This record gives sequence, C-alpha cells and structure tokens, in this order.
Amino acid sequence: MPLVDSVLSGNRLALARLLTQVENDTPEGRAALDAIFTQTGQAHLIGVTGAPGTGKSSLVNQLALHYRRQSGALVAIVAVDPTSPFTGGALLGDRVRMRDLAGDPGVFIRSMATRGSLGGLAHTTAALTQVFDAAGYGIILIETVGAGQAEVDIARLAHTTLVVEAPGFGDDIQAIKAGILEIADILVLNKADQPGVEITERALRGMLELAHPTRRAFQHHGRIETMDAAASTPEKLWIPPILRTVAIQGQGFEELIGAIARHREHLRQSGDWTRRERARLESEVEALIQEALTAQFRASIPDAEYAEKLEQVFDHRLSPWEAVKELLDGRAATPAAARSRRSRETSQSRRKE
Amino acid sequence: MTERKIRVLVAKPGLDGHDRGAKVVARALRDAGMEVIYTGLRQTPEMIAEAALQEDVDAVGLSILSGAHMALVPRVFELLKANGQERVKVFLGGIIPDEDVPLLKKMGVAGIYGPGASTEIIVREVRAAIKE
Repeated sequence: MPLVDSVLSGNRLALARLLTQVENDTPEGRAALDAIFTQTGQAHLIGVTGAPGTGKSSLVNQLALHYRRQSGALVAIVAVDPTSPFTGGALLGDRVRMRDLAGDPGVFIRSMATRGSLGGLAHTTAALTQVFDAAGYGIILIETVGAGQAEVDIARLAHTTLVVEAPGFGDDIQAIKAGILEIADILVLNKADQPGVEITERALRGMLELAHPTRRAFQHHGRIETMDAAASTPEKLWIPPILRTVAIQGQGFEELIGAIARHREHLRQSGDWTRRERARLESEVEALIQEALTAQFRASIPDAEYAEKLEQVFDHRLSPWEAVKELLDGRAATPAAARSRRSRETSQSRRKE
Repeated sequence: MTERKIRVLVAKPGLDGHDRGAKVVARALRDAGMEVIYTGLRQTPEMIAEAALQEDVDAVGLSILSGAHMALVPRVFELLKANGQERVKVFLGGIIPDEDVPLLKKMGVAGIYGPGASTEIIVREVRAAIKE
C-alpha cells in the first residue's frame, strides 16, 4: 500500500492522512492497520489523565520537551478533547499549551475528539497509537479528556498511567473513592507551588497507604509501634510514587521521567508489560467481535421490523428486554439459522438414541 | 464507518493579542458540528503550517488585526504548498482594508470577514468551500 509505505519511510503528510483514515474508521484505514500491525509493540505508551484544569497539557508539553532533549526518541502526542453531545462539534484546544514543541520535526501532535465515546478516550485512540508506534515513535503520550471519576479507559491502553492532581481538588474521601486514582501508576501533584499542596499530598499519601500498606503503625499498650506489612513479594509490587511538578516552569521533570523509566523497568521485569499487552489486545478483539456481531445482527433484521419493535417499546407495550428477545428469536427463525438449529437438534436426538 | 468530520484550524498569527474574534468563530464552527483545532495567540506561519499538517485539516482560519496580513498570508500559503497541502482552504478574519481584499482573494483566500460578519455566513461558506 503506497500510503503505508510512505508512513513507514517517515513521510509526515502521509502519516497525518493515515491518522485521519484510521480516525474515521474507513476501509483504507482498517486495511492499513492490518498491514502495519506486525510493526507495532515497540513504543512506550504513557497516559496522562486527571480533572480539567490540573495541567495535563502543560505537563505533556514538558514531558515531550524533556524526552526530546534526553533521548532524541521520536515523540507522538495524542490529545483527546470532548465532542459536544448536542452538535457533534468539538473544540480541540490542547495545542495552546504545547507551543514550545513547534518547530521540532521529532514531535508529532494530533488532537482528536471523543466522538461519543465516554471513557475519556475516543474509540479510535488505540488505533492511532498503533500508527504512531509503527511509524517509529518510541514515546507516545496520550492525554485524555479532563476526567472525573470513571474515565479509566486510559489504564487499559497505556503502559504507564500518570494521574495528575492539583492542590485544592477534594479531600481524603475523594481520594479513597474507586476510579481514577486507582489506575495511577504515578501520581503527579502539579501546580506544586500553589497553597494547599501539603494537604493534597497528605490525602493522596493516605489513600495510597490504605491501598498498599507497607508499614503499619498501631498502638500497643499506649505505645506506638510499627511493623512491616507482610509484603509477599516486595520487589514485584509497584507502589505509585507521588511526585510534585510545576509544569509551566518545568520543575520536577527529571524526577518524573526517572519514575516513568523505573515503572517501565518494573513492568518488564515483573512480566506485567506482557500481561498488560495481552489484556489490551484481548479486550480489543472482544470489542471488535461485539461490533461485528452487532452489525451482522442489525443487517439480518429488516429495518421495518426493527422500527416496529422500537415503536412497541416507545409505547410501553413491550419491555426493552422482551423486544431484544423477540428480535433475537425472529432472527433465529431465518432459514440459515433454523437449518443449523434443526441439524443441532437432530444430532442431539441421534445422540440420545 | 463514521462520516468524515470537517476539521478546521483556527489560528492567530502575528503579534496582536486580541483573540475574541477568533474564539467567536471557533465556537460557531464547533456549534456547526465541525472539529476545531484552536492554537491560540502569536503563532508564526511556520507553526500554523505545521499544525495544519499534523492535524490534517480541511481549512485554516486566520485572524489578523495587526495589519500584517499582506506579509503573513502569502507566507502561510507558501508553507502549506511546500508541505503538499495546496487543497487546504484558507479563510481570513480581522481588520482587512477594502483595497487589500482583491489581492488576498487572488492569492487564494477563500473568504474574508471583517467586524460584524455573520457567523452563519462564515459557517455556510466554510462548508461550501470544503465540499468543492
């Protein structure tokens, strides 16, 4: 495929156009993904998530600058912003904070809209990272939409997930809720020059200690004693570090990059790198099966019949569950399905005999 | 397969710091269902062409209030062309004297909008130009 060849040989315009094909899920895009798949699996995918206004874009900007200075690896940035549920339009504004990266041909920034997806990424974000991976981008930074508590898709996609917090964003109860803090491999406390940073750090640390007790303190006959928690395999357990940064001034990034490198090392040594890859590919295959089966199923039902069932649900004559059951049964009565059912029944009855 | 979304880059080249107009237009295009990549103030033509390339946009909207349009616009065209993006439509907004309009149109600017321009018309013309 000429487009794929140009991308693999480093043509940036071809890369941009292929990203569009893949984002729009066109047949050309799908064919290209098939063609490049053998070339993927090399890049380190680093996710950056957190509430709106915590400084994700500025952090990504600094990370890219540091990676370029440190290693010279090609850096790709996929920045996701939300699509309006009312108009389908989107304002993608992450580039505003990434102007320091302009003029460096080793950095490629692509903004994308969620287009109806709710997990903090777009449906095709994973596919876009595969294109960058195949094109030789060793570091891929993925910035999610400003995430609240449940937008955790990034943890499935990225090898290393950074959760960005800033002073003044909630107390220790927020910190022990399930969801976004749980997915952190590294907690970044950005805007660390702002007041309240101590309180936020204490809340985060408290949360981490509840989740990963390394050392327990307890009162024993009025004395405070400490005891090492029964760490089964301490070297295999990754405890998310909390790192302070001031992204607009570039403070704290040597440490952050060091922590990301340590996490990568940890994943490699513990076997989690492979485990994560396998889990991610498995869920990708499952999602595609779901999509393909749904499409196949819809194609097997006449539109009129589908609309008729929906009408019955709208009129509250039929529950959604019943509608699905009837649609599925109706499909089973089509000649091909009926035939396979009949043959199954006869083979069963034969077995009985 | 999803329909092809229109992607537009809205940028402010040059040194003036008033981006209200650019934001109003960005918002109007967004409300018309387009994906708008907003890059903010003080962009060089090089930054704009690079962003247009990486984002694979269909159109670029430039807002210029500083009077430097006769220098900035040709440079943007030149760089888009050098990148192989001749098909990208360029729109211009801001303070553009009447006598410059024919010259800019001749360079290839697809639409020019001054203060008070209707966002409805901008949306319609951007959409029509991209369909061509």
